[in-house]
Amino acid sequence: MKEVWKKLYALFVLVFLYAPIAVLIAQSFNASRYRGHWTGFTLHWYSALFENEEILEAFGNTMLIAFISSVAATLIAIVTCLAAAAMKKRGRLIVTGTANISMLNADIVTGISLMMLFLAFGLRFGFGTVLLSHIIFNVPYALLNILPGVMAMDKASYESALDLGATPFRAFMHVTVPEILPGVISGFLMAFTMSADDFIITHFTKGPGVDTLPTKIYAELKIGIKPEMYALTTLMTGALVLLMILLQINRKHSRNLAQSVEAIY
Amino acid sequence: MTDRFVQGRSVLSADMWKRAAAAVILLFAAAFCFTGCGDDEDSDRVVYVYSWGDYVDPDAIDMFEEETGIKVVLDEFDTNESMYPRVAAGASDYDVICPSDYMIQKMIENDLLMPLNHSLLPNATEYVDERFYKLSEFFDPGNLYSVPYMWGTIGIMYNTTMVDEPVDSWSILWDEKYKDNILMQDSVRDAFAVALKLKGYSLNTTDHKELEEARDLLIEQKPLVQAYVVDEVRDKMASGEAAIAVIYSGEALMLTFENEDLEYAVPKEGTNVWFDSFVITKNAENVEEAHEYIDFMCRPEIALMNFEYITYSSPVTCIKEMEEDPDYSESPIAFPDIDDYMDPEAFEACKYLGKEMDSYLGSLWIQVKSY
Amino acid sequence: MIKTRRVRNLFMAPFAVWSILFIIVPLLLIAGYAFTAEEGGFTLANLAIMGRWEYRKALWLSVALALASTVLCLLIAYPLCLILAQWKLKKGSELILLFVLPLWMNSLLSTMAWQTILERNGLINQLMRLLGLPDLHLINTPFAIVLGMIYNFLPYMILPLYTVLSAISVHLREAAQDLGAGPWHTFLHVILPLSVPGIISGITLVFIPSLTTFVISAMLGGGKILLIGNIIEQEFTATYNWHLGSGLSMFLMIFIIFNMILSAVFERNE
Repeated sequence: MKEVWKKLYALFVLVFLYAPIAVLIAQSFNASRYRGHWTGFTLHWYSALFENEEILEAFGNTMLIAFISSVAATLIAIVTCLAAAAMKKRGRLIVTGTANISMLNADIVTGISLMMLFLAFGLRFGFGTVLLSHIIFNVPYALLNILPGVMAMDKASYESALDLGATPFRAFMHVTVPEILPGVISGFLMAFTMSADDFIITHFTKGPGVDTLPTKIYAELKIGIKPEMYALTTLMTGALVLLMILLQINRKHSRNLAQSVEAIY
Repeated sequence: MTDRFVQGRSVLSADMWKRAAAAVILLFAAAFCFTGCGDDEDSDRVVYVYSWGDYVDPDAIDMFEEETGIKVVLDEFDTNESMYPRVAAGASDYDVICPSDYMIQKMIENDLLMPLNHSLLPNATEYVDERFYKLSEFFDPGNLYSVPYMWGTIGIMYNTTMVDEPVDSWSILWDEKYKDNILMQDSVRDAFAVALKLKGYSLNTTDHKELEEARDLLIEQKPLVQAYVVDEVRDKMASGEAAIAVIYSGEALMLTFENEDLEYAVPKEGTNVWFDSFVITKNAENVEEAHEYIDFMCRPEIALMNFEYITYSSPVTCIKEMEEDPDYSESPIAFPDIDDYMDPEAFEACKYLGKEMDSYLGSLWIQVKSY
Repeated sequence: MIKTRRVRNLFMAPFAVWSILFIIVPLLLIAGYAFTAEEGGFTLANLAIMGRWEYRKALWLSVALALASTVLCLLIAYPLCLILAQWKLKKGSELILLFVLPLWMNSLLSTMAWQTILERNGLINQLMRLLGLPDLHLINTPFAIVLGMIYNFLPYMILPLYTVLSAISVHLREAAQDLGAGPWHTFLHVILPLSVPGIISGITLVFIPSLTTFVISAMLGGGKILLIGNIIEQEFTATYNWHLGSGLSMFLMIFIIFNMILSAVFERNE
């Protein structure tokens, strides 16, 4: 395949993925509250966004919960995958099957069962219960991303690291971790996504006054989504894309640096 | 070079891992603390309110807190159905809830509500138009449990650039001329209410034969329907995507301001008069505060603020005289003549029909949607 | 890596606790509802309801649309991941994030944005009119639903595929080529077999959410195409018939078993 075609293909997928986001960005500048009805350019929704403490707080909660829950779920999933890799095929199938079931369950079933469970444990509904439930439903997503990497891992290199005198922990950190890292990152990213986007399970496990962006957005449906949400989406996209570019520049920069160091030697 | 690079990265990542692990453990501990300890309220008077999202002017809440010293903890739901299991299970102790008509009846029947103490509600008694109490008897006989907060009708919104004829009947939704230009409500009760009313039946009927006729009518209509919608109806009508839609009157007022081609009509066959009303839960801990909250919202000046904020019709009818903007005060959508709605044969509120009827209606609706 | 049974069991402990509390308990709850009637007593009626035409049609449609979106996701994602993995090897660029970021936007909002794009007076049709072309009927069709599913779930295919493909060492490929294998031969006999675990993960992660979705069919299908997810959602909310909703959920477990068989057949034996 020619390089040009590869670039075109990747670009095509990117256009598909970013088309609706472009629409949301356009809407954040639309004077009308209604979708698809352009009545003029405004920056009003941006100033409204920064005056709306509830949305900002919900945003903070969403990010915090998504981050902590996906880190925790990823850690649980790594440990499970390592154990699963040591199991026979049948045992492993049971593990993945169990994980699949939890994804198949309607969210509302998971949400209500968790609510009942937390009630039975006498937990007070609030930030903590939401976080706990997000860790729980994130585990299978992390697991399914990490398992292929663990299965494909070259077991010999870990053994030889031990033979060379490394402690199991050091061998794990230096040999195993780099090898499964791509899967771990994938698992973390997907768990983060699921968490940041969940509405139903959060609805049933939250307490009064604790909101995430999805619960705010769904609650607004009765009267109509506030365009502040579009403004927030725009800012988020902008920030993330900027971050990507900075990372890319930084990588190029350090590569250049490495090359020049190499040249000196 | 390569080796050193790899080594450097591993050392870094080992360090990162340790730090990450420590951070996670710390955060975990913090999370459990949040769950376990909870925060003690420093203000002793508080009221927990569970309501539709964005359904009260935030300034009104500020004024209430300032005047009474009662802290309002507001929680929001998106549908009656997602609110109910939380309250039924007792997930959180809400004091005041603001559900819709049929849901209030369901909660009464399942013993989740507390009878109101009307002596603590002087404004609700004085300012809420008595005709609304009468209509509320459909779902709350004797007005023991609820005070109406917002009300409206279900009617037809149409775009005058696409519809020339006068609109006064549900039958226009079955007119071939408007194929692919009709938006129906995507909910069992609302969709059946339309078909039942067109047939001249009660929208609370439990007669299987009448309901099957309504189902057949809805199946007959399906090829003409562009989409079954819930909240998207606003956007689609505003942008001229469809000519006719079944819509709640509360949404209609804002839409007519947004797009002047849009008009709202209440069909002559009659319709559903809906309510969102305040109730107090059976296990409420802050009963007195809950009454104060409800009564505060019934004050004419506060009712006016909420009306202007949400633009749904308020049962505190005297605000019509207080409203200064003629766009609002002279709108027949915001302030219809309620005497027109006092024929109980034609204008009914939704009743809760029991679990069995719910299942039956649900299965008929699945047949319509799957057809 | 883990050699003793004790260590293995210790590592499996968190998952075991997790699955008992959060999988087995809800599962028993659902099974309890599924096999009992409203009035109590054992019944198979909640599963037998699948025999009725409206439920059969919804299930058939759901499976067909979910399969279509899964296959399309795989076809779109596989070449993309090969390209990305190659770029990563050659240039060290981690572009993968760029393909995952759209998912961080709220899915309800992005599905609404798709309405704006596909509607009758939507962006695509406005472009068509500008070009003097006839309007396209896109919204409220099975096509729109599949498109919505692909949009929402494509990154779930990309992530596991990218992980395995970038892990397949370039040396392996070179070695195969040194032994005289052509690019197609290398792909079929080296790359494809090694990427099977990623493919299985990706298929699972796309197929299951597609099978159970109800928001996408309601918003992009105009509620005119009823899927099994919509029925289950209705039974758990509007009509509050948990017995039927659970029965239908149990029915979907069949697909989990399919999936397990699929994994069992394709997973390499070591």
